Amino acid sequence: MSDQQVRNAIVVGSGPSGYTAAIYLARAALEPLVFEGSVTAGGALMNTTDVENYPGFPDGVMGPQLMDDLRTQAERFGAELVTDDVVELDLAADPKVVKTATGTFYAKTVVLAMGSAYRNLDVPGESELSGRGVSWCATCDGFFFRDQDIVVVGGGDSAVEEATFLTRFARSVTMVHRRDALRASKIMQERAFNNDKIRFEWDSEVLEAVGTDRLEGVRLRNLKTGQEKVLDATGLFVAIGHDPRSELVKGQVELDDEGYVVVHRLHSTATDLPGVFAAGDLVDHTYRQAITAAGTGCAAALDAERYLTMLEDTPPEPHVGFDTGIPAEPPDRPEVQGGHGSAPAG
Amino acid sequence: MGATKTTTDADFTADVLQSDKPVLVDFWAEWCGPCKMVAPVLEEIAAENSDKLTVVKLNIDENPGAARDYQIMSIPTMAVFQGGKIVKQIVGAKPKAAILKDLETFL
Repeated sequence: MSDQQVRNAIVVGSGPSGYTAAIYLARAALEPLVFEGSVTAGGALMNTTDVENYPGFPDGVMGPQLMDDLRTQAERFGAELVTDDVVELDLAADPKVVKTATGTFYAKTVVLAMGSAYRNLDVPGESELSGRGVSWCATCDGFFFRDQDIVVVGGGDSAVEEATFLTRFARSVTMVHRRDALRASKIMQERAFNNDKIRFEWDSEVLEAVGTDRLEGVRLRNLKTGQEKVLDATGLFVAIGHDPRSELVKGQVELDDEGYVVVHRLHSTATDLPGVFAAGDLVDHTYRQAITAAGTGCAAALDAERYLTMLEDTPPEPHVGFDTGIPAEPPDRPEVQGGHGSAPAG
Repeated sequence: MGATKTTTDADFTADVLQSDKPVLVDFWAEWCGPCKMVAPVLEEIAAENSDKLTVVKLNIDENPGAARDYQIMSIPTMAVFQGGKIVKQIVGAKPKAAILKDLETFL
């Protein structure tokens, strides 16, 4: 799939921010093209169960259901949704270029909403035992650890949510956290403290996932005493946070030290490149909630819409052959490796 | 739906172990978000490679036997069976290109 048409807007990523941007752009009759990502479609909420803090759902809503609904809503107003991964972007070009493994697309504005990816522990055994006891998705894999002993690493909302969820199956859940207090919201903390199956290893870090064919234990070090020990466990769930998925735009738009896309003004989603807007967890150090992601997704769509209006209102410069700064035909570009013409093998 | 087939614990031997062609078994469950995300990718792979590879889906909730026998501890797990044995195991949802690369030797 590929086309020569210059779109008004392309959204890269889905989740609450991408889908909300798509809803607003579609309702503005801007016919957005949305690259949802082939297996990241729906974003981080696809790995959750009950979302209890999204306004408007007094009884909570399942994360994947909420994403399905946002998606359907975007589609209803004419957003074109494509379940594919963007592999390359040229955001400084005019028009902006968006490439997938099978095609090249052009747009006047791009909304970046790639979200974040879970962080690895980077300890020995972690990748070797992935799928053999080490997991990043409690809702997917908790089932396999019935009456077993599990370790959850992390101290934020996701870690506590996973630990609490895992007690449905596990004999015991030990939360390992680097500090002596949880970061999670009070209501989540209460739930964990009141759960008989949850224990805590405070001030501790994970040194190693121990085991040959399957996870057998987790080696810990107490950061205060320096003492090491191995906790027997058949499951290790990693919930130590997320990093922004900004690799695609590195070197193109400004990133901060931690890799988040920088938006320059308060109450704006504009990046340092004209026509490029960013929303959701990709820009958000601080809040990282579904509702804040949806909020900035909406803002990015409105900012893109305003930018497009501005482009149209700019009078043509007499010595230039086009009136919007956008050439009628996209420039010829050399094919990159893996571009169209090289369809996947098989 | 589509190009993939559904198998069960009862049919596992006939559908998977005794197949002449390599069989990719998708161990999945209704409550697994990443399983849902990877499902359309597997449909495409099944449709595009039906001459070389059979793709079957096994709901582990309804069919815990095979998941237990093959020590599946994470879903989605996509296991390729050839001659009655697992010859390749892919754990976790991945983009289509990455899965195709993992399956290269069978396609």
